Formats: sequence, C-alpha cells, structure tokens
Amino acid sequence: MRFRLKEGGRIDRAQRLRFTFNGRRYEGFAGDTLASALIANGTHLTSRSFKYHRPRGILTAGAEEPSALVQLGEGARTEPNLRATQVELYDGLTAAGVNAWPSANCDFAAWTGRLAPLFPAGFYYKTFLWPASFWKFVYEPTIRRMAGLGRAPEAPDPDSYDKRHVHCDVLVVGGGPAGIAAALAAGEAGARVLLVDEEATLGGALLGQRHKVDGVDGAAWAQAAAGRLAAMEEVRVLSRTTLFGYYDHNSLSAFERRTDHLGPGTPAGMSRQRLWNIKAGRVVLATGAHERPLVFADNDRPGIMLASAAQRYLNHYAALPGERAVLFTNNDAAYEAAHDIVEAGGTVGAVVDCRHEPAAPLAPKLEEAGVALHTGSVIAATHGTKRVRSVTVAKLGEGGGLSGEQYRIFCDSVLVSGGWNPAVHLFSQSAGKLAFEEARGIFLPGKATQALEAVGAANGSFGLASCLAEGAAAGARAAEAAGFGDGTPPPTPPVEAPEPGAITPFWLAPGQKPLGHGKAKHMVDHQDDVTAADIRLAAREGFRSVEHVKRYTTVGMGTDQGKTANVNGLAILADALGKTVPEVGFTTYRPPYTPVTFGALAGRDTGPLMDPVRRTAMHEWHEAEGAVFEPVGQWLRPWWYPRPGEDKHAAVARECRAVREAAGILDASTLGKIDIKGPDATTLLDMVYTNAFSTLKVGRVRYGLMCGDDGMVFDDGTTARLGENHYLMTTTTGNAAHVLEWLEEWLQTEWPELRVYCTSVTEQWATVALAGPRARDVLAAVAPEMALDTDSFPFMSVKEGIVAGVDARVFRISFTGELSFEINVPWQHGRRLWEALMEAGAAHGITPYGTEAMHVLRAERGFIIVGQETDGTTTPHDLGMDWIVSKKKSDFLGKRAWSREDSRREDRKQLVGILTDDPKKVLPEGTQLVETRGQPPIPMIGHVTSSYESPTLGRSIALALVRSGRARKGETIYAAPESGFLPCKVTEPVFYDPEGAKRDG
Amino acid sequence: MLWIDCPWCGARPETEFRYGGEAHIARPDPATTDDAGWADYLFMRSNPKGVHAERWMHREGCRRWFNALRDTVSNDVLTIYPMGTARPDAPGDEAGGG
Ligand SMILES: [Zn+2]
Repeated sequence: MRFRLKEGGRIDRAQRLRFTFNGRRYEGFAGDTLASALIANGTHLTSRSFKYHRPRGILTAGAEEPSALVQLGEGARTEPNLRATQVELYDGLTAAGVNAWPSANCDFAAWTGRLAPLFPAGFYYKTFLWPASFWKFVYEPTIRRMAGLGRAPEAPDPDSYDKRHVHCDVLVVGGGPAGIAAALAAGEAGARVLLVDEEATLGGALLGQRHKVDGVDGAAWAQAAAGRLAAMEEVRVLSRTTLFGYYDHNSLSAFERRTDHLGPGTPAGMSRQRLWNIKAGRVVLATGAHERPLVFADNDRPGIMLASAAQRYLNHYAALPGERAVLFTNNDAAYEAAHDIVEAGGTVGAVVDCRHEPAAPLAPKLEEAGVALHTGSVIAATHGTKRVRSVTVAKLGEGGGLSGEQYRIFCDSVLVSGGWNPAVHLFSQSAGKLAFEEARGIFLPGKATQALEAVGAANGSFGLASCLAEGAAAGARAAEAAGFGDGTPPPTPPVEAPEPGAITPFWLAPGQKPLGHGKAKHMVDHQDDVTAADIRLAAREGFRSVEHVKRYTTVGMGTDQGKTANVNGLAILADALGKTVPEVGFTTYRPPYTPVTFGALAGRDTGPLMDPVRRTAMHEWHEAEGAVFEPVGQWLRPWWYPRPGEDKHAAVARECRAVREAAGILDASTLGKIDIKGPDATTLLDMVYTNAFSTLKVGRVRYGLMCGDDGMVFDDGTTARLGENHYLMTTTTGNAAHVLEWLEEWLQTEWPELRVYCTSVTEQWATVALAGPRARDVLAAVAPEMALDTDSFPFMSVKEGIVAGVDARVFRISFTGELSFEINVPWQHGRRLWEALMEAGAAHGITPYGTEAMHVLRAERGFIIVGQETDGTTTPHDLGMDWIVSKKKSDFLGKRAWSREDSRREDRKQLVGILTDDPKKVLPEGTQLVETRGQPPIPMIGHVTSSYESPTLGRSIALALVRSGRARKGETIYAAPESGFLPCKVTEPVFYDPEGAKRDG
Repeated sequence: MLWIDCPWCGARPETEFRYGGEAHIARPDPATTDDAGWADYLFMRSNPKGVHAERWMHREGCRRWFNALRDTVSNDVLTIYPMGTARPDAPGDEAGGG
C-alpha cells in the first residue's frame, strides 16, 4: 500500500484485508472501498470502456461513478457492473474490471480505438442497418461479447431478499450535514423520522473534507449526531440504503444492502438486500451534489479523477492519488483538494485554471508551497497509455482556441473540477420542475409538485453553514406540518469551513487539433464513450431535441444515467446549436437513481410464492393419479392423465374416446359461479346477456353470451333459474372475477335502482362434469332417488337432490356434445363425490379426462372458447351465433353497437371450420390464412383459433376466423407460408353431431 | 403510487383499487342515439391536463364505486364524491360546475 498515508483517515489499520483484482493480489484495510484500496496500492487502471475499449480508471468516489465498473465475485453470487467506488472491501473479495478480455491490462479489442472513425455518433443506427438478418447472427452476438458490460450469473441466486413497508412523518434523504441537521430538528420535535443514506456511515461530504463542526472534525460530529439520532425512539436511520425512486403522493422506494459488505462473514439466514416501500408525510431532499468533470482532450486516462474524489480518498481513506498531481479547474473550491494533498505531504505539480484572473483564497498558500499556477490556461492534451504520465498545458486564446507556448507537465494524477451539479435526480423524479442558473451553470430545484423541500447542496447551497441551517429549518418545518413542534429550527453548531467561492462555467477545453480531428477524444460520457465531437456531429446532422440527441449519441444512457455527463453534454449541445441551456431543455430523470437488483425487487415473491395457486377439492386425487396440470388463471387444472407408457397424444385420444363411447369425468370446479338474488335479478340478466332470461322457467338453464356495449363478446356460460328471483350464473374459469366486477359495476354506477345482490360462490361448490353415453347409468348408481330419464330431467334443466349421500345440484348441460351432468356439491364433499362416481363408473369404463380432451371434444362439437375463438373484436354474429341474440328485447348491452357501420360489414372475420386437405396435418394455432399461393407479401384473410387432431373423426380439425368466412364455405384457402401453403377447405364450424342427437344419450 | 381516500375504508394505496375511467359518462338511450353519439359514448374521452373527474372502485376492500377529482398534472386527488352526484367544485377546477 505504497500510497497509503502513515496516519490519518478513517480506515482501521489493525484489520488487514486481502483481495484479488484483475487476477492480482492486494491488501487493504477495513473501512476501504475497492476503489480506495486500489488507489492506496497505486492501481488506477480498473477496466476498459464500453465502445473503444480505452483503459479506464477511477473518476469519482461515489454513486456517480461512470467508469470503474467491476464484476464482483464468482459463480452464483457474481454481480456485474458494480461501481468500485461503492463496493466495500471484505477479506477474500474477488473482482475484475468489465469490458476487458482477457484483462484490463491487455485488451484484444483495444484496436477498436484505432478504428474510432468507424464509431461516430449513432453508429448503431448507421453501421448495423442492413441486412436485417445480420442482427441476429453477426452484429448482436459480436456487440454483446465486446461491449456487453458485465456478465449475469448463470446459476440460481442462492441469497434471500425481503421487503418492508414503512410510514413516517418526515423522510430525510441523504446523511450529509444538511440531512443530519434536518433529521435532528424533526426528531427532536418528536416526529417519526426516517433518514436514508447510501454510505456505510453518516457524514456525506464531511467525510471528504477537513472542515470542523462544533469545534471537532466534521466526520466526528456526524458520528456523534448519528448517536443522538439512534437514541431517539421515533427516528430510524438506514445506512447503506439508496433512495432510488420517488413516486406519486410521497411514495418512495429504497434499496438497503444488508450483507454485501460482510462477504463470507454474512450470518446464515440474513436477507442480503431489502426493498423499503416508504409512505412519507413530508420529504427533505438532502441529496448533495456531484462534482462535474471538465471536458478536455483525452480526459479519460486512468489517474484523471475529480478533485473532490481525490480529497475523499486522501482524507477519509488516507490514500494519495499519486506521486505528483496536477489540478485543472474553473472554480475556487477545487483548490482545497490541491491544498489538502500538499498538507498531507503529497506533491502538486501545477494548478491549471481556465479563468484569466482567479482569486482563489488558497492560491497564495499553494504558490508558497511551490505549486505553479497557470491561469487562463487549459490542459490541451494528456499523455500515457494505462496511466496518465504527463499533460500539455496551453493558454486560452481570444477566439476560444489555444495560444502561445505549450508546456509539458509530468504527473501521474490529474484532479479536475468543473463545479458542482446539485443532485436533483429525486426532485426531478417527484415531478418537480428544474430551473437553470446561468451564473454557476447548474440546474436547481424549482417548483415542487409534492410535499417536499430540497436543502443544502441539492438546493445549490454549497457552503457548510448554509447546509446545516437549511437542513435544520426544513426538518423543523416538516415536523410542524405533521403536528410536532412549532417549526422553530434548533440552533445549528458553528463551523470552520471556507465558503465555496467563485466559479466561471467552462464546458469544453480546446485540444491541439480541432474537435473531431486527430486521435484525441474529449470524453463527455465515460460509460458510453460519447465524445464532444459526437454531440457536435449530432447537431450538424440536424438533431435539435435533447431527447433525440441523447438516444442518437447514447449520452447519459448507461447504468450511471449520465450523472457526470449530462450537464456537460447539454451545454456542449446548446453551444453547437447556438442556443442557451434552458432553450435546449433537459432530459427527464427516471428511477432508479442507481441500479437495483432484481432480487431486491422480487423479495420473497419468487418460486411458489410468486403468485397464489388455487387448487380444487379433488386436487390430491388428480396428483395421485399422475395428472399433468395446466395453469388456468391461478387455478391448476388436470390437463391430461397419462397412463404408463402414454404420451400426451395417446392419453388425450384415449380420454376423448372414453367420453364419446362410455363415460368421462372432469373436475369443473374452477368454472366461475355467481349467485344472483333479488327482485330485479331477471332485469339485470336481460340487460347483460344477449338472450332473454325473463322467459326462462324456474328449474331450467340457459346458455348466454355477454357483450360489452361495444358489441364484442367477452364471456359466455350457463345460468340456471333456481327460483323466481334467484339465479346461479357460471362463467369461464379465467373470467370469473371480471364478470362479477362487470355486474357490480353496472349495478352501482348505471342501474343503482335495481335490487340485486351478486355473490361469488365459486369456492363454495365443487363441480364434477360426468359426460358420455353411459353417464346416466353411472349417476343413477350414486343418486338412486333422482329421476334421470329425459322426460323428468330434460336437457338444460337443474335438479336438487342427494348424490353420493350429499345434498347436490345437478345440471343437465353439455360442453362435449354427449349426454352430460354437472354435479355440484359443497366444496368439502368434492373428493367424496368424485370417488363415489369413479367407483360406480368402474363397470362402465369411466375415465377421468383433462382440459386438453375437453378442448378437443368441444371443438369437434363446434363450441367456442371465449378468448380463443374471440379476441375482443368478435361479435356474436361473427361467431355465427345469431340464434342467441334476442330480437325481442328493446335494449341490452351490445345491441346498439351492432347497427354501427363497422359491425354490419360483410367482410368481417367470421368463425368457420378448417379441414386441411391432408388429414394428418395439424395446423399450429395462430396460423395465418391466405387466399392464394404465391410470393409474400400476401394479404392475410384470417387465422386459426383452435386446432387439434380429432380422435373421433380420425383427422385434424381446426376453427378459424376468416374474412367473409361464411361465404367461402366449400372454397380452398391456404395456410400461410410457414406452413408451406397447405391447402385447406372452409367448412361449417361443427364437425360432430351437428343435429345434437347425442346430448340425451 | 397514489393514495386514495376510500369513502368507506379510508386512505389506501392505489394497488387496492381499480381505475374506472372518466366519470359522468351516462349510458345514452340506444333508441334515440345515432351512430356518432354511440361512438362518442363508447370511445371519446376528455383526457384533460388538469382536473379530471374519474371513477374508482375499491376492489380489494369494500368493492364500492365512487367518483374522484384528480389533477392529472400533480396527481393530487382533490375530492371524493358519491356515484350519481354532480361534479363538485374544486380548487383550480375550471371545468367544474357544482
Ligand atoms: Zn373501501
């Protein structure tokens, strides 16, 4: 640790930690980040850049890092694209820089840098335009391998994650001086306070500086304040927690890293990360500011870093940035970094200040220490390959170019400062308006939309005293708004810190050649390799909107969202367009502030806990019989019941034959059931169904279609009249909740005068469908007292009675075309009923069948499935179901829409049957249908909605929606190109028993 | 995440509710409404920038429908009022008419 100071800093020199980076072994101390430990070891080269594979180092000391991205860990726990500046060191840590193959030190793809003229702005759009097929096989795999950033782990995540929900009166975001002052003020007033800070310890900017608060080192003051906050019962402090999303109504989300800093020392069973969903009364944004880099020629070499970052590494981690530093700045505040290095015994070769007559208070002190001061000057070039070795300094001329002599200054680190950008990301996410301040060239929080206040550096108040004062005032105000205290802020402690001083915004330092000429790159966005020349090119090519320039050049589109790049890029664009920054506008900040793991977002809602599973009363029986299950909504339904040696095809064919020839038994419990009662129940049904229910006799059942007022079918099912004012409606399995809501909506909002109650009883009744020519015999054996002959129990009627010793409702309805009974018993008796029927049916060849056989059987009979034969643009007439549309009722939902011009079109898609000329070919569902064979493009005239191999017919069958389909019956059409233009006949959509002769057995 | 003050259950997060679109669109008499009028009823909505009268249903609570005035810019819910009552006045609501 050559560059570690003998004393000072806040690392624990008693705890040495070993780690491996890019294959080399290093040592650091407890309290280090990966970045600080590397710097202490003299290593600045961390990775390669995204596009040109330029050597990259550590630019910042925090969340805004665009450049030092690493792949942490190995195997199932590896994690890509982490910022080395935020990775806390632990013993045994292993990491490597991203985008480097085989290593950052020796990168095979660095030749792309030499091919740089081939990678201009918008190169993705220009280079990879054609041919389209090249994307799949050439461009994308190559780009991914070369520029895909890090690798995702390939094994399942071994860690656990969780979520918490929390309400507070005052949420303070940021644990720097302003945030601490706000939390203290609100906490002392008695409010429920949550303070969220992304770092391991509170202090924020104080950790990087040598300023004093209340007579002591700022970091020590912060630590004492943390102790005071911890002692307050209603205050909670979350460290290592990033507030990443600010949503409506002061709903916010934070991402806590609970064990990442512990490495192998993580206690067993502790969740790794936690997502906090916060509902706050008021929010105080004390999110600080990010130092802005200066844009100059080859400003991205390892060893070039922000002045404040160098200061943070020095003062907090006791690590010098190098042997000899040069400072390049446009403001007074940055002089402090050079001064701190000199004070710590390091060497600063020169200060380069682009201002012609700077009057930084620290300048005389630095000159006294032998630091050369170059005013009105810029760094015109940098030199060195894997580390900066020297810089060329030149005077700024009148016209903005270079003038006079150029000096070469040797150095191994360059500290840059272009001023400070308030971290307005969360303010912007909250829908607050940003305001541009010309004098300092910064975006400030303007008009707020939500109950929040931005304070301190986030509000453009960079001085320590004003940070504390603004924080305390906002904290007290927020507490008062929640009913605590009178809004008077507590006194703030005295500080010893310089004021931020003067700044002259400076956006682009000229290089030795005109921008875009020669090899030098003025890097604006370090993560996406976007240069000032790229932005100028975009402007020349006609891009005006900042949103378009962002997407075209990709500036600000990396995982860092351009925290160090956006404002510089915007100012350079404005200059190129001859506009002001506010005229150009700003892109919107969106969550997350920094990346959040999928693990934390998912929490425990993974695997079987991702979505509730609904099981029927007979589920265990199906399982024991080896049923294959199909999810339908949240239900698990038996799909088919394979016997030993059977595949799906054989099992389904056997089940279908059993229903057609003997008896089948289906678990139909998942169908939605709605109990409808009340004096106006009939009126309601007459309005929501296309057919009439007022004519339905008690004890009878009717099939109905439900349409929206747009005339489109959205559900179907049978409804039984159990009493004068009492009905039981069934719905499709997937639509049960939707249909209940549909009825409730009309009752509450349009027809509140109707006296009707609707109750879901889906889970009160277990339902078994018993179907097949022998169904009556089977049922008779378990319901000896029930008259089952056709006269006493006709088709489409309902009976109550004892079945298998249990009170039951039996419906004579059929979805297969065969004689069929749907037997409903209280849910808890479902299994008993099922087993009794199996036993009684054994002699009749009873066979359990699943949803696949059910689908085949109903398609043979030409019964539709809503959502399969319909798609929200299908009317009853399109389905050929005019017979179910009442001509007598003056009004019902859907009726009016059918006389609209579009509904009357003759060439609407209509339901037809499709028989392939080759009976063995089963068309895939969704197959497009065309009129003629030929060279695509060919107009599509329809598509296949259902398609099966029919065991009953011994050939393939399909249903389809085809333009003017009914008029095409008997014609030959063709299945679209992928199916090889198979010829098909258009037929009636009923393939089996069109007269309905089978339904009575 | 909006927080909506259900008149029966109190303030609850948006995820418990179902949005019901623009309020005060009565179903016209189909017998006397021409095609354009029916299309208006089915498809045309005002979609204002500012105060919007809209319907909500507390799906995972009391399952009751109610109306709300919401500012579509700030997302502030300004007023909650019962189904079947007229749109109330609200601060900054120029389209209002109690
Ligand atoms: Zn409610």
